Amino acid sequence: MISAKNVNKYFYIPEELHALKDVSLEVAAGEVLVVIGPSGSGKSTFLRCLNRLEYANSGSITIEGTEVLDPNCDINEIRAEVGMVFQSFNLFPHMSVLDNITMAQMTVRKRSKKDAEKKGMELLEKVGLAHKYNVYPDQLSGGQQQRIAIARALAMDPKVLLFDEPTSALDPEMVGEVLDVMKNLAKEGMTMVVVTHEMGFAREVADRVVFMDGGQLVEQGTPEHFFTKPEHDRTKLFLSQIL
Amino acid sequence: MMNYTGLDRPKKPGYFLFWKTMFVAICLLGIGFIYAAADFVDYNWRWEQVPQYFWLDKDLEVRSEAEGDLTKIDKTAAGYTIIIQDGSHEEIVKLPPDANIFLMEGDYVYMGDTIAEYRVSKPGILLEATYVTLKVSMLAIVLGIIVGILTGLMRISENPCLRWLSVTYVELIRGSPLLVQIFLWYFVAGSLINAMLDKIGLDPIPALWYGVFALAIFTGAYVAEIVRAGVQSVHRGQSEAARALGLSGPQAMRKVILPQAFRRILPPLAGQFISLIKDSSLLGVIAVRELTKATREVISSSLMSYELWIACTIMYLVLTFALSVAVQYLERRAVR
Ligand SMILES: Nc1ncnc2c1ncn2[C@@H]1O[C@H](COP(=O)(O)OP(=O)(O)O)[C@@H](O)[C@H]1O
Ligand SMILES: [Mg+2]
Repeated sequence: MISAKNVNKYFYIPEELHALKDVSLEVAAGEVLVVIGPSGSGKSTFLRCLNRLEYANSGSITIEGTEVLDPNCDINEIRAEVGMVFQSFNLFPHMSVLDNITMAQMTVRKRSKKDAEKKGMELLEKVGLAHKYNVYPDQLSGGQQQRIAIARALAMDPKVLLFDEPTSALDPEMVGEVLDVMKNLAKEGMTMVVVTHEMGFAREVADRVVFMDGGQLVEQGTPEHFFTKPEHDRTKLFLSQIL
Repeated sequence: MMNYTGLDRPKKPGYFLFWKTMFVAICLLGIGFIYAAADFVDYNWRWEQVPQYFWLDKDLEVRSEAEGDLTKIDKTAAGYTIIIQDGSHEEIVKLPPDANIFLMEGDYVYMGDTIAEYRVSKPGILLEATYVTLKVSMLAIVLGIIVGILTGLMRISENPCLRWLSVTYVELIRGSPLLVQIFLWYFVAGSLINAMLDKIGLDPIPALWYGVFALAIFTGAYVAEIVRAGVQSVHRGQSEAARALGLSGPQAMRKVILPQAFRRILPPLAGQFISLIKDSSLLGVIAVRELTKATREVISSSLMSYELWIACTIMYLVLTFALSVAVQYLERRAVR
């Protein structure tokens, strides 16, 4: 599904920074991959390289066999297949909830308004917010907004969903409702790459956990492996701090 | 219960009443001072003469310019046609349908005789000039918006040619006086274009249009900066979310960025367009008879400069106030 090989990413502003160092990773169809690591370790950067919100400097990233780093690829087509959920939701504040979900369907997938709205209402039903279809994002709680953002990503029928700390900006009592939606998606067989600090989620849902530090992929394995016998010292240190 | 929002000791109710009265008193004092001063120099106010410059409404007598037999009075829906036979020459007089004709067919008419009387009721010169000001401003606003959005987006484009064109345009326009730009448009560009049109046998473009171009291009430079700032003020996460869904750059701009930028740029745009209405007063220098030029013309014939400059100011205030009300309405209705 996703294959990253020797991905390197540098930032030059404000100073030169080697943010990703030879990161190689495969994600199989239907797999739930959880990425953990300390702040600034390059988790977001890696995720954003997958749909080219950041352009990796070298290496290879293929999504379903299409090379993302090829300048001539149709990146919009690839992005339509790769849903993304942001830490700060990034809902469109000038659109109603339903319009948030239908806009890209009509613009990118060229669906009719009727089909898009039907799909939109189904997804709202799925995230438990069908009754909010007509309100605007700023009238919703953070948890509700994030569930809408998930529905918006799902509306494109993506082959894979990328989550960048989807619950980090939420008040604690709202974390559960978002994680529940994500758990259901995992159960339905959705391919997911999730950056999160929710170790409970990792333990329960992840097929595989990856630990990143300093732009490198330090260790990977099953959740069981991670939470019982991590190998690297950096992993142990991180887990001891967070658990 | 007091509904007090300030940070200082709450004021007593009398405080507000006193200072509101003070405000009114200062306003009245200002007006009173002008009147007293005018009185002191024996200025003779003639406000009653002012309305005719806004609406002309009076009886007009039609006198004969020929001598001869009145041979025919023709009545059609468009009005009367009167024919006076003066030897071999036929003098034709046309009158509106509501004219009051004093003569009959067969009468002999002397030069200077009153043939008829009718009422004229039409906009006066100042109202017509207000219309010209309004028309010039609206055309320039529409063109200025188009030019401004295009160049504002060019300014943030990746393409260096587009970007530099936009920067050059904005700097050129903002660095030179509008009055000079108007002269350039009319006496340089205008005379060149009209000479070329003449050569290929076309009608020249009227001065009003060069005025509109000058104002639109001038305003466009400021609108460009406002649009650029508005677009850049939309959070980066918005375009990332749009692009991550697979929207192309232009699609994201149209569906996500511009609608959000629009609401933010409305207030500064309104300010810019109010400036434009006021700046249109400069167009008198290229013989566009807008409000200011018309006021000067009327003053030079009537000598009522105090009344007419005040009236002129009020007309500008009406126009600018109407524009801000319209923009406020848009702002309230605009997408969230
Ligand atoms: N757009 C950027 N410009 C410059 N530096 C960046 C940018 N984005 C991230 N970085 C830097 O790259 C490193 C990795 O960041 P990030 O991927 O956001 O880490 P994480 O998501 O694991 O907290 C950090 O040191 C961060 O400061
Ligand atoms: Mg991050």
